[in-house]
Amino acid sequence: MASLRVLLPAMTICLSLLAVVSASLPLAAVEPNETLANPTLEARARTLSKELRCMVCQNQSIDDSEAPLAHDLRVLVRERLKAGDSDAEVMDFLVARYGEFVLLKPRLSWHTALLWGLPPAALVIGMTLALALVRRRRMAPAVPEPNLTPAEEARLSDLLRD
Amino acid sequence: MIAELGHYALMLALGLALIQGSMPILGARSNDPVLMSIAAPAALAQFAFVATAFAALAICYVTSDFSVLNVYENSNSTMPLIYRLTSVWGNHEGSMMLWVFILAFFGALVAAFGGNLPAVLKANALGVQAWIAAAFHLFILTTSNPFLRLVEAPFEGRDLNPILQDPGLAFHPPLLYLGYVGFSIAFSFAIAALLEGRIDAAWARWVRPWVLGAWMCLTLGIAGGSYWAYYELGWGGFWFWDPVENASLMPWLAGTALLHSAVVMEKRGALKVWTILLAILAFSLSLIGTFLVRSGVLTSVHAFAVDPRRGIFILAILMVFIGGALLLYAVRAPLLKQGGLFAPISREGALVLNNLFLTTACATVFVGTLYPLALEALTGEKISVGPPFFNMTFGPLLAPLLLIMPFGPLLGWKRGDLAGAAQRLFAAAALGIVAVAAALALQHGGPVLAPFGIGLAVFVMAGALVDIAERTMFLRVPFAAALRRAAGLPRSAWGTALAHFGIGVTVFGIVAVTAWSSERVAALKPGDTLDVAHYRLTFDGLFNRAGPNYRDLVGHFTVRRASGDLLGAMEPSRRTFPARNMATTEAALMTRRVSQLYLSIGDPNPDGAIPVRLYFKPQVLMIWLGAVIMFIGGALSLSDRRLRIGAPRAAKSRASLQAAE
Repeated sequence: MASLRVLLPAMTICLSLLAVVSASLPLAAVEPNETLANPTLEARARTLSKELRCMVCQNQSIDDSEAPLAHDLRVLVRERLKAGDSDAEVMDFLVARYGEFVLLKPRLSWHTALLWGLPPAALVIGMTLALALVRRRRMAPAVPEPNLTPAEEARLSDLLRD
Repeated sequence: MIAELGHYALMLALGLALIQGSMPILGARSNDPVLMSIAAPAALAQFAFVATAFAALAICYVTSDFSVLNVYENSNSTMPLIYRLTSVWGNHEGSMMLWVFILAFFGALVAAFGGNLPAVLKANALGVQAWIAAAFHLFILTTSNPFLRLVEAPFEGRDLNPILQDPGLAFHPPLLYLGYVGFSIAFSFAIAALLEGRIDAAWARWVRPWVLGAWMCLTLGIAGGSYWAYYELGWGGFWFWDPVENASLMPWLAGTALLHSAVVMEKRGALKVWTILLAILAFSLSLIGTFLVRSGVLTSVHAFAVDPRRGIFILAILMVFIGGALLLYAVRAPLLKQGGLFAPISREGALVLNNLFLTTACATVFVGTLYPLALEALTGEKISVGPPFFNMTFGPLLAPLLLIMPFGPLLGWKRGDLAGAAQRLFAAAALGIVAVAAALALQHGGPVLAPFGIGLAVFVMAGALVDIAERTMFLRVPFAAALRRAAGLPRSAWGTALAHFGIGVTVFGIVAVTAWSSERVAALKPGDTLDVAHYRLTFDGLFNRAGPNYRDLVGHFTVRRASGDLLGAMEPSRRTFPARNMATTEAALMTRRVSQLYLSIGDPNPDGAIPVRLYFKPQVLMIWLGAVIMFIGGALSLSDRRLRIGAPRAAKSRASLQAAE
């Protein structure tokens, strides 16, 4: 697979994903023989699967991946659900077994504080800066408009016709 | 011989780039018109040499010259001509050639059509453009040379990765690069303005067409890649929040913000310092995207064994250009004069909000993409940041942006009338609410928020129509008069409305397909049927079909409405490429208005049944249709008289006019 590197075109969207598919395996993702008979449990399994990473893939959930590991994890999730685990218990079980890496949405903790905190912080800081800008702008004395000759006025309105 | 010619041309291009990057900038410092005038011919000549190198590589591919290592590794003489040609950029070395080819192309365009630019600005901008070019020429020549020969030429090449043997490869990378590299023009102009320490509203007018053109290509490129992934990957997803996708989304978000802030700068002389920063950021994010994809830092089991020299080289390019630009910005930006007063409720205010949400969304994607890499590098701890994170953070940032979008064009410059704008949007809001109610009534068991998403999308679309209706005084003056006004509207007004309408269309599609797709997974034997939505598919059997360089195992399915009417056949397949012994899933699509049936099959089970995945994707085509509408909107704007006047030629009186602005 070392030669895969040179096959990758630059920047093409999803290419790393595409490369994963090139391993000739059965059909992508959930296979017919995996699904549970109970539709409520199956729906829960699907929802959970979308939040769990297939750890040997580039960036796929176990719901999307066709790798054997993803198959095993899908079966495992369904077994736990059949055994009566709650959603949280299934997740805890998998984290205990595979570490935080298995979660596609990291839990809030010290080492993810920046990850979760940055978007709201950026919004608040940006909002404050924007307000300060507008307020300062309103306080500032107005700059007198430059006087244009009639010919320039005509050309200006011609150029800026809106 | 051809390969050596290309190699030599690339070296000459590097030499020319070094001249173009030094002489004109020295000339600009000492105000020497002779030195400054070197810039344009050097840029044109550099383009000629890069084009020669690129053409040489293309000839090697088309003629299947397997004595060239790069051709041997990525091509095969049995491939159709179109794929022999597109495989030029279907690999690392070739894609970097495409990168510099487009970079030199843009440089040549500025040189050829920048006749009306002030000499100093033009010399500096082309000089900066040449630094970027020189860095990438050097990168190719030292770490990624596509012209290397093999001592013994093999008889046959190793073929292009089968997934890339698709028309998508012909359009997607070039469009994406036109977008990425197009932002380099804005970057070069920003650095030039900082070097000179002078900037005015005219700067925004010169830069806007380039930004708009780059944005259009990037929009179409991203949408095209999304559609390609949708039909090629076999499970019908259209966006995966993959780092490689995020790498293209970030420049798009920053570029969209830049597009809007440049309008404020051009019209009102405000937000200059911010616009310069955005111009730097948009291209910096393009460079970071190049780094992410090209250096192999992305976590991957395949451990693509990337040459570490490449990663370090690109990282160095990144640090020099982004670090240098931001440093220059920190030193010089405070010297730039601000202008243009405005009240919080005004067109400017709305555009500031637009920028706030777009840049925050961009920062969110940035931190989500790079955080796992940084955390692992610093602490060794591995975490994953995937679609659930992005959906949870990105969505809430876009919702308010969409809500305020229709207000912007209805507010006046300087001081706007919010109550008046709200009143004029009454019809649009009413339509949105009707859409929410209709979606609530029609959906059974979908997500609670989906109807509100639909309502928002309808509000955005209707808001764009209201904008046009207001400008033409539709229903307030006789129809013929409104039509006359419509014909007289500047094309940029139509462009804005269309692009905003396109956003609404895309959002509608995303919400509908995310919330209401239905899916069936089953193992079928000939004669079995499978129902999805109000369609029934019958599996008729498998057959083999030979292609030019592959074999298809095709499943034949008959599609009927639930009522029994025959609609046609669908033929998904498993495609095997013997040259690499690889297989791909070729999904079959049946379009019903803007919705699609999506069907893919797997390898047959031992008992003769085949695994089948069948989806009904409601309104899915609207996602990409919206992007096409945005592109057309951009093209209309670009063809506007004012931007045309701004770009190629100018009357003598321009200079004095701009000073007065």
